[in-house]
Amino acid sequence: MDLTLQVWRQAGPNAPGRLVDYPVKDISPDMSFLEMLDIVNEGLNAQGIEPIAFDHDCREGICGMCGLMINGLAHGPQLGTATCQLHMRKFKDGDTIVIEPWKAAGFPIVRDLAVDRSTFDRIIEAGGFITVPTGSASDANLTLVPKEVADWSMDAAACIGCGACVAACPNSAAQLFTAAKIAHLSLLPQGQPERWTRVEAMVDKMEEFFGSCTNHGECETACPKEISIDFIALMNKDYMKAKFKNRRLVSQTG
Amino acid sequence: MAVTESPAKGRRRFWLLDLYGSAVGKKWAMALSGIGLLGFVVAHMIGNLHMYEGAAEMNEYGEYLRIIGGPILPHTVFLWLIRLPLLAAFLIHIHAAYALTITNNHATIDKYKQPREWLAASYASRTMRWSGVIVLLFVAWHLADLTLGWVNPDFISGEPFHNTVVSLSNVGIAALYIVANIALGMHIFHGAWSLFQSIGVNNPRFNRWRRWFAQALATVIVIGNISFPVMILTGVVG
Repeated sequence: MDLTLQVWRQAGPNAPGRLVDYPVKDISPDMSFLEMLDIVNEGLNAQGIEPIAFDHDCREGICGMCGLMINGLAHGPQLGTATCQLHMRKFKDGDTIVIEPWKAAGFPIVRDLAVDRSTFDRIIEAGGFITVPTGSASDANLTLVPKEVADWSMDAAACIGCGACVAACPNSAAQLFTAAKIAHLSLLPQGQPERWTRVEAMVDKMEEFFGSCTNHGECETACPKEISIDFIALMNKDYMKAKFKNRRLVSQTG
Repeated sequence: MAVTESPAKGRRRFWLLDLYGSAVGKKWAMALSGIGLLGFVVAHMIGNLHMYEGAAEMNEYGEYLRIIGGPILPHTVFLWLIRLPLLAAFLIHIHAAYALTITNNHATIDKYKQPREWLAASYASRTMRWSGVIVLLFVAWHLADLTLGWVNPDFISGEPFHNTVVSLSNVGIAALYIVANIALGMHIFHGAWSLFQSIGVNNPRFNRWRRWFAQALATVIVIGNISFPVMILTGVVG
């Protein structure tokens, strides 16, 4: 396959960026999208041109490192998969492919296609954990969880934190990520002690960096793990409840 | 280990203001004020169907709205008890929309070079700001036209049938009403669905109904409201 790539090149966080054309020849349709970029980079290296920087790690759709805006679609035209799981057979010979990084104020560009997603870590730090008593492990079946609840929690826990939800959102909102990270704990018995402080802390932290939700639903379609916007509704409901419950808890402690 | 500090601790603001300070809280405010405004839009459309009964019935309906609650409440007091909360809901809805737009503009400083391919966002959802502004401007015109009579030279206070027919017989003004109501319909098409998400009314068993509800509501409102200029222009009413 012969392709024309238009790739976002940016030398550093504050450098101006622009789309640069790269003609690419002899690409196998069996290559993954990232392997194709590897080939392009080998070619650039041989010509003495700085290779294209892009994030990647496991290349099997579970780590959440890769993420590219391909032809105006987060993670490309294949739904329910990350960029690394996209193969070149999804494109036609002679296609022009525009590749851009995630663009959001909360995701500053490090270089080319690599962005800094540490704002997601700040949101997790704010409340994405549970209190675990130390000592010997409790009996395996001590805390019973209905199968349906465990499944629903797992649906939220499938989030790999890639940031496609933010990238796809016209408002650069991180609602789907934050809602998933809240829900996978708050649905389970183990997540109950911090349920109300968690939602308030994580939403407040999220709003320091990201936009607000206008319920377009783009995040849900962009998500490589197909996480539902139902979790956003749950987060909104819990946030309001937390405003009442946390006040009552505070009144107990004086 | 790190213990989560209760986020409510140390805050001295009244809790509703605290809630409104957050974007999620503003979306709650938009949804709840939106429900109030939707209720008004529905009642307004149904009430105006008295136009089809004739001048006497329509004018009587207009007067009826002012004497509800009598003799306990003085004339038009009940009407103002409805108008003031509506005005408050309208202002809250606009302020929240404005503030959230500012927030979102700050969050999206960089735009993609390649135009986005929308998979889920509808035309209505992406144009809420503009349909909202059109409706706002229209409401201002509508009040000046048929409530206050400032822009209606033949305005007669207490005769809504006459005023409406006079105003909507003008093709230009009728067209304005039709365009504004299509914008209103688009606003409702997204808003009446979106509000359920904002206040967390979500149940996989009923989620499809939320879409149908919004589509039906938008359709009924648009058809009902547009029927008035159309019927007056075609001479069926008047």
